Amino acid sequence: MSGRAIKETPNVLGALGGLFWLVVTVVPIYYLLLTSLRSQQDYYVENPLLPPSSPTLDAYRLVLENDFLRYLSNSVIVTVVTVAVVLAVSLMASYYLVRSGTPLARGSLRVVLLGLAIPVQATIIPVYYLIIRLGLYDSLLALMLPAIAFAIPISVLIIVNFVRDIPAELFESMRADGAGDWRILWSLVTPLSRPALITVGVYEALQVWNGFLFPLILTQSSSVRVLPLSLWTYQGQFAVNVPAVLAAVTLSALPVLAAFIVGRRYLVSGLTAGFGK
Amino acid sequence: MRTVERPGAAAPTRPVAAVRRARTGPTFWMAVPALAFFALFALLPLGGVAVLSFMEWDGLGTPRWAGVGIWIDTLTDQATIDALWRTAVFVVVSYVFQAPVALLLGVFMAGRQRYRAVWSVLYFLPLLFSSAAIGITFRSLLDPNFGLSRALSPGTLSTNWLGNPDLALYAVIFVVGWCFIPFHALLYQAGVRQIPASLYEAAVLDGAGRVKQFRFVTLPQLRYTIVTSSTLMLVGSLTCFDLVFVLTGGGPGEATRILPLHMYLTGFRSYAMGPASVIAVLLVVVGLALSLLLNRLSGSGRMQSQQAGA
Repeated sequence: MSGRAIKETPNVLGALGGLFWLVVTVVPIYYLLLTSLRSQQDYYVENPLLPPSSPTLDAYRLVLENDFLRYLSNSVIVTVVTVAVVLAVSLMASYYLVRSGTPLARGSLRVVLLGLAIPVQATIIPVYYLIIRLGLYDSLLALMLPAIAFAIPISVLIIVNFVRDIPAELFESMRADGAGDWRILWSLVTPLSRPALITVGVYEALQVWNGFLFPLILTQSSSVRVLPLSLWTYQGQFAVNVPAVLAAVTLSALPVLAAFIVGRRYLVSGLTAGFGK
Repeated sequence: MRTVERPGAAAPTRPVAAVRRARTGPTFWMAVPALAFFALFALLPLGGVAVLSFMEWDGLGTPRWAGVGIWIDTLTDQATIDALWRTAVFVVVSYVFQAPVALLLGVFMAGRQRYRAVWSVLYFLPLLFSSAAIGITFRSLLDPNFGLSRALSPGTLSTNWLGNPDLALYAVIFVVGWCFIPFHALLYQAGVRQIPASLYEAAVLDGAGRVKQFRFVTLPQLRYTIVTSSTLMLVGSLTCFDLVFVLTGGGPGEATRILPLHMYLTGFRSYAMGPASVIAVLLVVVGLALSLLLNRLSGSGRMQSQQAGA
């Protein structure tokens, strides 16, 4: 325990612990990929942690033949529209909340930030009621509206912190040049809060893409099914065909994996957004 | 930077600046779309859940007023009491598992060694998957016949983890930890990297070894990160639904029927939306109490102090 470590020795204990968690993290993912490449027959006889003796893409073909692309496009639509709306309305609101300086603005900001403490899970029953009343049950719009609302507090928090750092002189000189609110928003606020917009966009895209609760509660037909919910229904549909279920899981994660490879930096900062630092 | 005393620092220099800015500030309409979305689909439901907790509703017809009877019935229902107790165990054990692992992992990831950077990329992977994906993968991995139990020599791990009522809750806690530890490790990694190197240099000069550096430099410097992470962990476990739902659906029997599951099953399977709303209100109240308590314990204004420390 005490004083065992001397400054220059390599941290063997730390490395071993790190390695242990690495194995814990990687094994399930490795198992997922491997099993999705197995044939259904082999699944029952082969060691699940050894590479398949005869790798096959049959499981993937089966998933693709079973409406996977429709669920994928539903997910893309919901994610893109939700994130676009969240970014637009949050940026507009942040501009007002920071630059207005009125008591109304300060009060509104406080209320919106209180929203950070609302657990989504606890509000699903009224949300469900509301969506039914609006006649939106079982539509893609039903998934977007609450997702947008619950994204606003964190988005506003992040963007407001950025807009605050824009020098007041820039606003004043643009105003003096006769620029209106929209001009200022478009040519001053938007470009200068770009990093915040990217962070919010990445964070919310991941949230919406992987969201399970709203689809579970607010939709039922397969025409509006999104990917996470489809995994759950595939599990019922394919039942004993485990490789097919896991192929669907892998396919659903591929777009995010691809995004991770391209923009890891943004994903990391997006995930710790507003909490870290 | 002259920007400091401007809008951001709202409280101290407000009065003079506010009057001047009121004329040139943007119109309220800019905020209306965001506020409308938020009010309609987040604030209104929050109030709605309180109202619905006094009503009888089967999810289809029109809710009818039923009064405090629902509260009394729900709170004295053995199933609710069991779920509360189970949730307490779930939250506490999850925390005891996640917090130390995330802290140590974060400190480890903050190291500048090359291999640690590479490993960190892999540690991140669980964050990319949806709860549904993780739940389904682990269901199959923990299958007593074809999963891990077959991969390893007979005997080891060959238990029906998710099917045994005595083990299921702990198996779920492990999977939830697998899923959320990387996120908290990222928070700690960012926290550790903000600790000034000079503190460590001073500690080394004082003859502090690795353990003492961790104890007397890293831990105290991370106190705000610890509070943030702990709050998110506790409230996250309290409201954890998706993963448990996919892993076990609350079963076997009621072994993993924690509060959010209890709420869902009561409302959307038994069509008793009133009692389900009571449970939802409990979730909100306990969640808020936890956040406030932790904030109080840590002293106020953690955002600022953290920035100031950087």
